[in-house]
Amino acid sequence: MIVFLIKRLGNAALVMLAVAALAFCIFRFAGDPVELMVNEQATQSDRDALRERLGLNRPLVGQFVHFITNAAQGDFGMSYRNGQDVMGLIAERFPATIELVIVATLISLLVGIPMGVITAIHRGKWYSELLQLISIIGVSLPSFVVGILLILVFAVTLGILPAFGRGEVMRFGWWSTGLLTPSGRAAILLPAMALSLYQITLVMRLVRAEMMEVLRSDFVKFARARGVPAWRIQYRHALRNCLMPVVTMTAMNIGSLIAFALVTETVFQWPGMGLLFIQAVTYVDIPVMAAYLVIVSLIFVTLNTLVDIAYAVIDPRLRDQNH
Amino acid sequence: MRAIRSILLAGVAAATFAGAVNAETLRWGGARDIFSLDPYSYGDSYTISFLNHVYEGLVRYNGDLQIEPALAESWEVISPDTWRFKLRQGVKFHNGADLTADDVLASLARVSHATSPLRGNLPAYKSSAKVDDYTLDITLTGPYPLLLNDLTNIHIFDADWLKDNNSELPTDVSGGVEGYATFNANGTGPFKVIERVPDSKTTLEVHPGWWDDAQHGITRIEFTPVASAATRVAALLSGEIDFTEGAPVQDIGRLEAAPGVTVLERADLRTIILGFQRRDTLHDGRANPFNDLRVRQAVAHAIDLDLIKARVMRGKSQVAGTIVAPQIPGWTPELDVPVPFDLARAQSLIKEAGVEGTEVTLVCTNPGVVSEEEICNALISMLTRAGLKPALDIGPGAVSAPKRSGGVADLYLIGWANEPMLDSYSILLQVIRSKSETGGVFNWGGWSYPEIDALIDAASTEMDREKRLALQTQALQLVKDDIVMHPLHMQPIAWATSAKVESVVQQADNKVRHWLTRMK
Repeated sequence: MIVFLIKRLGNAALVMLAVAALAFCIFRFAGDPVELMVNEQATQSDRDALRERLGLNRPLVGQFVHFITNAAQGDFGMSYRNGQDVMGLIAERFPATIELVIVATLISLLVGIPMGVITAIHRGKWYSELLQLISIIGVSLPSFVVGILLILVFAVTLGILPAFGRGEVMRFGWWSTGLLTPSGRAAILLPAMALSLYQITLVMRLVRAEMMEVLRSDFVKFARARGVPAWRIQYRHALRNCLMPVVTMTAMNIGSLIAFALVTETVFQWPGMGLLFIQAVTYVDIPVMAAYLVIVSLIFVTLNTLVDIAYAVIDPRLRDQNH
Repeated sequence: MRAIRSILLAGVAAATFAGAVNAETLRWGGARDIFSLDPYSYGDSYTISFLNHVYEGLVRYNGDLQIEPALAESWEVISPDTWRFKLRQGVKFHNGADLTADDVLASLARVSHATSPLRGNLPAYKSSAKVDDYTLDITLTGPYPLLLNDLTNIHIFDADWLKDNNSELPTDVSGGVEGYATFNANGTGPFKVIERVPDSKTTLEVHPGWWDDAQHGITRIEFTPVASAATRVAALLSGEIDFTEGAPVQDIGRLEAAPGVTVLERADLRTIILGFQRRDTLHDGRANPFNDLRVRQAVAHAIDLDLIKARVMRGKSQVAGTIVAPQIPGWTPELDVPVPFDLARAQSLIKEAGVEGTEVTLVCTNPGVVSEEEICNALISMLTRAGLKPALDIGPGAVSAPKRSGGVADLYLIGWANEPMLDSYSILLQVIRSKSETGGVFNWGGWSYPEIDALIDAASTEMDREKRLALQTQALQLVKDDIVMHPLHMQPIAWATSAKVESVVQQADNKVRHWLTRMK
């Protein structure tokens, strides 16, 4: 088990190093931040001096080592664009993104599971076909289109939900939450809906497939023979048996939701990490871009490693060296 | 019963309170966020124009883009390189401190420091000295006529505030230490900063001790950036914002049709100009056709400016005959005569020069200036018809900028607004002049016209405004005669307001000045 753990952690470290190298290469070719930082009237020598101070003229390998050493200590430098400490900037945006992702995940479970059950039980009925059709539309519409449609319906036409922003937030130390104020709760609904649409379809399809499998199993037949009411079989006994893979997939997908949130955050001006990243790209804000990529991949790698380890704890076969 | 009554009372109180606040609160939905509360942190006109609500300079532009006294009451040139400024008395900073000459000295030292990204905004500055509490002298590197233009954008800090907060030097991002002035502000302007949450909201409140007559009636400005254009339009339609300076051109019809929404449109100061490669060879080593005047004339005749205006810009741009807009000193009506579209002439000039079918690359940026991709596609087909064989190379700014500045582009677009000095000297020095220690940074084609350089250098020290502008007009005429660059148009700008706003002052510099705004 120890050997397995060390191997997994070693793998994770290697992946992180590769991501850092990739990130570093990408932003080396993203362009020249200096042209955007100085004013139009700056002279060539002013520009050269700034480039020198930022270390953009140093050899590539030296820059990379410097970057890795600092990144390992959690120091990503200062944002070129707004002169703030990058870790502070990201910590400030992190709660907004996480709240959005959690609410979107909850919505996807609350909506997706019943839809999956209904389409599994009432196979072939017109309403379950309709639900299936809607879910296909949901998965094929790009999320910025979904966002704009939601804004048009709920903000412009009905005027019941705000079109952008996070509403009033309350602060607890470095964490800020919008879930405790009415305007914050209203503001999170539209972006969370837009973000959850894809996930709803995924949950629904998974629950439907699992449900159909379980409904054919012996214990369901036995329960039915005993005269247990249908709703009790379906929602109490069968559904419980389908939830394990749903929970695993949901946990694994939190990483991709954080990445997907980039588009949703831009459409709704949601002050999260994705919005920060998009702006950093526009202004060639290298430190912020690098930190975002490294932190998001860290979240991915951590989730994956945890799942791997959990599986290994549950299933000894995975630990076997020869397997 | 008591409970019900108190709820009712609370409701009434909330309603009156909300009413009172809303009547004078202006909710401004910006196209993007400002970068910092520190005006000397990043060379960005949008941030600086927002901070003009909080900080002020010694002089300022009024609603007609004329320079008028602000923190300085009067000034005189006491020797060719020294200006004496008399400060206005009784000016209070937001923290209650009085404005004195020391504050101006500290601010000038800060902006002209070697690590300040904005020192280029004060190019001729050498030193400054205090005469008395309300008088100071600014010494320049030599006679320089545009000091006042430069000073409109140099914001004045409180010296003690800078000192107490250890912010006397500009924030240097390579230093790794955050600056106090990035998150806090203390100016003399009509509004003071109450709260700032980057990318979410910046709240300003009226500064009751403002030295000038406040006629705007605004008590509070809530500035929220809404980067997505479609969301911005939706927010205006649903009444969540009262003003935006970024109404997207394609949605103007829809906004105008909405009840209560007013759209303000006009042509920008920014002129979109086509530049030519002018080194001896193209970047791949072939002979450069653009060094032949006939080829440049052919390009100018081949481009149908009216068609671009009608089709690409939806009739909202203004066709340009010279490289500066009419509001820019140095412009004359004689200069501003567009080159007529004449395809036959263009074709025969290309033939005459013997460059038919020459392959050239047009480098464009997306997103760049308004409708840049469509403009560039139109240019490609127009130049193809004239007999050249142009190819389009379009990419994001971070990719295309090095190609343009590195001489890879044979043809390129540049937009120039002459910010912040609002004088044709800006484009002549930075774009037209041969590359030198202080000028020609944007001379991407690498041309050199000693005759034009001599005129620019003469203008740089000519203290008589009329004579100086005559020199600059002469230089602009030479640019036009020799087609050093070919102007296309001034792009449109569009702002929109809700029913709550009575009037806003929209000038061609596209800067928001809410101290001139009136609410209903």
